[in-house]
This record gives sequence, structure tokens and C-alpha cells, in this order.
Amino acid sequence: MNMIFMLIGFSILLALLFLLAFFWASKSGQHDDLFTPGVRVLFEEEEPQETGNEEKSDEDHSTR
Amino acid sequence: MTEKFHYDNKIVRNFALATIIWGIVGMTIGLLIAMQLFKPAMNMGSQYTTFGRIRPLHTNAVIFAFVGNAIFMGVYYSLQRLLKARMYSDILSKIHFWGWQLIIIATVITLPLGLTSSHEYAEMEWPIDIAITIIWVVFGYNMFGTIIKRREKHMYVAIWFYIATFVTVAVLHIVNSIQLPVSAFKSYYVYAGVQDALVQWWYGHNAVAFFLTTPYLGMMYYFLPKMANRPVYSYKLSILHFWSLIFIYIWAGPHHLLYTSLPSWAQSLGVAFSVMLIAPSWGGMINGLLTLRGAWDKVREDPKLKFMVVGLTAYGMATFEGPLLAFKQINAIAHYTDWIVAHVHVGALGWNGFLTFAILYWLIPRIYNTTLYSVKLASFHFWIGTLGIIFYAVPLYFSGFTQGLMWKEFTPEGLLKYPNFLETVLQIIPMYVMRAIGGALYLTGVIVMTYNLIKTMKAGKLVANEAAEAQPLPPVYVAQGDDKKLHRMLERKPMIFMVLSLIVILIGGMIEMMPTFTIKSNIPTIASVKPYTPLELQGRDVYIREGCVNCHSQMIRPFRSETERYGEYSKAGEFVYDHPFLWGSKRTGPDLQREGGKYGNAWHYNHLYDPQTMSPGSIMPPYEWLAEQQLDTTTTRVKINAMRTLGVPYEKGYEHQANSDLDKQAKAIAADLQQNNIKVKSDKEIIAIIAYLQRLGTDIKAK
Repeated sequence: MNMIFMLIGFSILLALLFLLAFFWASKSGQHDDLFTPGVRVLFEEEEPQETGNEEKSDEDHSTR
Repeated sequence: MTEKFHYDNKIVRNFALATIIWGIVGMTIGLLIAMQLFKPAMNMGSQYTTFGRIRPLHTNAVIFAFVGNAIFMGVYYSLQRLLKARMYSDILSKIHFWGWQLIIIATVITLPLGLTSSHEYAEMEWPIDIAITIIWVVFGYNMFGTIIKRREKHMYVAIWFYIATFVTVAVLHIVNSIQLPVSAFKSYYVYAGVQDALVQWWYGHNAVAFFLTTPYLGMMYYFLPKMANRPVYSYKLSILHFWSLIFIYIWAGPHHLLYTSLPSWAQSLGVAFSVMLIAPSWGGMINGLLTLRGAWDKVREDPKLKFMVVGLTAYGMATFEGPLLAFKQINAIAHYTDWIVAHVHVGALGWNGFLTFAILYWLIPRIYNTTLYSVKLASFHFWIGTLGIIFYAVPLYFSGFTQGLMWKEFTPEGLLKYPNFLETVLQIIPMYVMRAIGGALYLTGVIVMTYNLIKTMKAGKLVANEAAEAQPLPPVYVAQGDDKKLHRMLERKPMIFMVLSLIVILIGGMIEMMPTFTIKSNIPTIASVKPYTPLELQGRDVYIREGCVNCHSQMIRPFRSETERYGEYSKAGEFVYDHPFLWGSKRTGPDLQREGGKYGNAWHYNHLYDPQTMSPGSIMPPYEWLAEQQLDTTTTRVKINAMRTLGVPYEKGYEHQANSDLDKQAKAIAADLQQNNIKVKSDKEIIAIIAYLQRLGTDIKAK
């Protein structure tokens, strides 16, 4: 039954690692603003330009 | 001051293609084995395509090839955009891509050849395990490199999910892969019996958590808001459920071992954490579904969002069912039945499959700068896929209940109502047919998608390097005053911190592992339990090669229905020489733990050679090749030596005598078969596997 102690050891170490990551995240301001990031992902200029796309093979193309 | 740079879309495209190709391969193999369950002849008479060998191929292909490539596709696409940076290194990206594909190809070759370590969802042998470790580190290096050179200070929640995925999978894979090689493609796990089982399911359940769940939640948090053009319902909730999910998940593994010979406090630990898991899991599902608040009109028209909605619902169902199945009472009925198979497929087909399809439909037109070829076909894919899931899952739930209840039913006189296991199998064969139909529908949808996406790619042109621009990050933080103290400095250096923590993990692990390597931990608690004879050991390896463990368990639970059917329930001390453990996770056939001495050698010979003669209607395929292939005894010596290294008390110098003992035992079995008019040479594989089967459970049998 030694194995469970080893696995608990590994699990605790992993959990500690995540805890440290959490502290780091809080310290570095990752959790300061919990509104803007959710919205910001939507603002990336990546709408493809409609060029060279005249060749329509099906009438029901999505219009995005 | 804005910097101009380019996103790498080519690597995303490559992973997308790999996702599609391996998806079709993995699901086709799944359909093939589904058909073998009602028509064993679908193995085409070949040992290389028989259920036991290709079932692991199906699971690994779907988990690591289909879902794996989809994860990398989603991560490479979203990470660059979320961090406003190109991937750290194009070369690492390429090594990652081709390395992963080579690993998959190696798996596709080795598993049908029977080169397997038999740990479920980690069957690949040790050279492939090492390759996986290297490529995983390449992936991580590339990802963290990108995170470091990011232009966006805040790391969006998706990235946190990706980081947790990388770190945990690395630890899981390494711990679960510690084996002692005996040849280029054969190894023994250093853990034995109960310990091996615990490691396997600690890994197995966390693979579900950190390969099939966390990266997909991350992708959901990026792609769903994009598709719906709505911010995530609650960013706060996403952060909260992320941290709680990764904290709790890591403990839930032992729920796979309820009622086994695992100590019961460990079982209870697994149950408690599994029940707690429902909160963070549903936090994710609810957050996803509520993101569509006010956008349901879009869902009506857009197949991508439909895929997302059903995917999230499937996630919710599977993660509701998971804690339920972890309750001991429910587990007592469900474990070893098709219920579990249905449960995982709701997750795999619904959650992983549908999210992958939605992302493919969204991403391919974008990186090809065009629009989707046909929305109608995508809609068709959605409906036939959903139908496929229903046709797959509902019959299997039905079959699971049927099995679970039939196994346990007693007559008023107190006898088993269905003493013959086969009766319970024959009942559910119609369900197996329905399941295969469901699988075929689902696969049809994927093929339609492939056609649709190829047409889309042809209509557009890959934007291999997509132009982007962003402000650089402000200058780095300069420590002042109190912050100059060491721990303060460390806290601001996540990379160093992670490396240091990993080193701590590994050192701690080694210290804790060392005792288990020694013989002391393997002292049997039951004095009558003896190591396997050389012939039995070789037979056991043939048993492992043929993947018998996929259908037969070797773990009798302490229920009256099971002790009545199979015999004395299993004790932890019986498995101390089992490297690896072979408890199985599904009973398509009866448990074999007490098989030894139940039937004569001739019965086993006939049953293996043609199961139908001994059990009419059996769905076990014939193993004719075992009677024709010669047993490889050149490996006996190294195997005995390896076992001794792992703590099995073979006498010093026994390896030199092993083969003559093996020969003696084999000749005795052959002579016994001869008496029953079965002519077979003593050097065939079938003799060895009979020897192993006859040994099972005899150690503690009352004479």
C-alpha cells in the first residue's frame, strides 16, 4: 500500500504547484480585472477579407 | 509603438488535417470492434485485427490521435491570438507536429502486433512512452516560450487550462510509465498488483481530467464566445471553477477501484472527491451554456453553435453521471458493465467530438480566408451525429442495466438465476447491434464533414502567416524594497518557479518510490502465494499480448452474487507478483480470477481453439494461432531476472534452470491433452496460456 502514499505525495505536490501558480496569478494582477478579458477576446481584427472568393459552389454559404 | 508580427496558421492547419484523418481512422476501428462484439468473425480470422489487440488501438487513436491533435490545433490557434504573439519557435512547432504523428504511427503498428504494456489508455511500450515524454516537453517548451514573449499581460482563462494540462499530463505520464524493460518492446511495470492498479487509475482518471477535459474547457472558453460573439457569461466563474477543478480532480482516481482489494479508506477518499467534482464541472458547463444567453437565435441557424450546445450538454451529463457512478451502491451495479462504456462515450462522442467539429467548422474557413462550403451539410452532420450518439448510448445504458441486474439476480431458493455467464451476454447482443449502427451514423457524419471541409479548403487559400499587430508589453517589473527578498523574487518568475517545483516533485517522488523498488514491500501477506512458474509467466505474457484483459477481469468483488458465481473474493495479497495487474475494467466474458482447476486442460484447449464448441453462442473469437505459434522461450531468462529485480523471490540462479522447468511443465500439459485425443506439441503458445489459466486463483484455494 506504499503506492497510495507516493501518489498522495505526487498529488499534493501538484496541488501545491497549482496553489503557487494561483498565488503568482493573483500577485501578478491576473485576477485584478475579471471583466475586460472576457470581452477583449472578441476584439481581434481577424475578419477575413472577402477577396478571391467569388467561386460559390453552394447557395447556402454562411454569412458569418 | 505597435509591433507587427504574423500568426502561424500553417501549423494549425496541419494539426487540423491530422485531427480529421486520425478521427476517421480511430472511429472506423471503433466501428470494427463494435461489430466484433456481435459477430466475432469480423476479426477476419487474423490475430492482428482481433478485439483484444485493436480495442486499445481504438481508445488510444481516439484519445491521443484524434483528441490530441484537436487539442494542439485549438491551442496553437488560440494561444497565439490570446497572447498576441507568434508561437515561440516554428522549428519546435514542426518537431511537435511530426513527432506526435510518428508516435501515433508507431502505436498503430505496435498495438496490433501485441506489443502492449496492458495499462489501459497507456498500452504503448516503453520506447514510445519515452518518445511521448520528449514530444510533450517540446510542446510545453513551445507553449511557455510563447507565454513569456507575450504582448498581452493578462493570461486569458483558456491559457490557464492549457498550462494545467501540460503540467499534469507530464507528471501523470511519467509516474504511470515507470517500467523495467526486458527487451526492445517488452517491459514490466515496477509496481505490482494493488499498487499497480492504483497507479493505473490515478493516471487513467486524470487522463480524463487533464487530456479530455481541461484543454477542451480552455478551447470552449476561447471558441464559444467567438462563435456566439458574446463574452463568456461570467469570467469570474471561469477562474473560480478552473482552480477548484484542477485541485479536486487529481484525487478522484480510486473510484475506479471500488469494492476491489484496494483498502477501503482509499476507496472512500476517491468517492468523496468524485462527489465534490460535480460543482466545478457544472460550473464550466453552466458558464458555457449561459454564454449563449441572448444568442439562442444564433444557435437556431448556426450548426457550429448547435455542436457546442450538445457538446456542453453531453459534458454536463457525463460529469453528473460521474459522481453518481462513484457512489458505492451505484458502482456495485454499473462497474464492469456497458453502463461505463456508454458513460465514457457520451463524453467522447458528445463533448470531445462535437466541440472538435464545431472548432473545425469555425477555424478552417478562417485560416483559408473563405466561407464554409455548405452550411446544409454541416447541419446534416450535426443531426446525424446527434442521432449517432443517441443510438450509441441508449442501447448501451439498457444493456448495462440488464447485465448488472442479471449478474446479481437470485432465485427464491437462493441460487444464481443465471449461473451461466453466457446467458447474460446473449441477452444484450441486440443492443450491441444498435450500438454499432449508432457508431456508423456518427462516422458517416464525420466523413460528410471531411468532404465539406475539403471543399472549403479548395475554395480558399491558406493564409499561412496572418498579419497582426499589438502593443508590446510594458517594461519588466523592477523589484523594490521588500520585494527584493528571495521568495518575493521567485514569485515573480513563474518559469523558474515551475522548473524548481518540478524538480521538487521528482526528488520527492524518487525518495518515495525507492522503498517500493525494494523486495521488502513485496513480501506476500499470504504465505501460500508463490511466484509464477516460467511457463505460467510466459503464458501470462501471451495473455497480455492477446489483450484478454479487455474482456475478462481478475477481480472478484465481495458480493454474494460474485462469490457464488466465481468463488472466494480477491485479496490484495494474491497479486503481489503481478507485474502488471490484470484486474480488467469490463466484463464481456466471466471473471477469471478463480479459473484455475475449474475445467480440464482439454476444455481450455477447445475453448481457445474454437469457443463455440464449448459455449454455443459465445462472442469470443477463436484463437487458432495460439495452437500453431511456437512459444518464444529465449526470453525466459531475462524475464526471470527482471522479475527478481522487481522483488519476485525467484531463487538465485533460477534463470538457468527456468527453461528446463518450463519444458517439463509444458510436456505434462501436452501429455494430458494427448490423453484427451488432442495432439499438440508442448512448445506451442496455447500450452503456456493454459498453464497460466490453470494457475489462476489456486494459491488460496481450499483443497
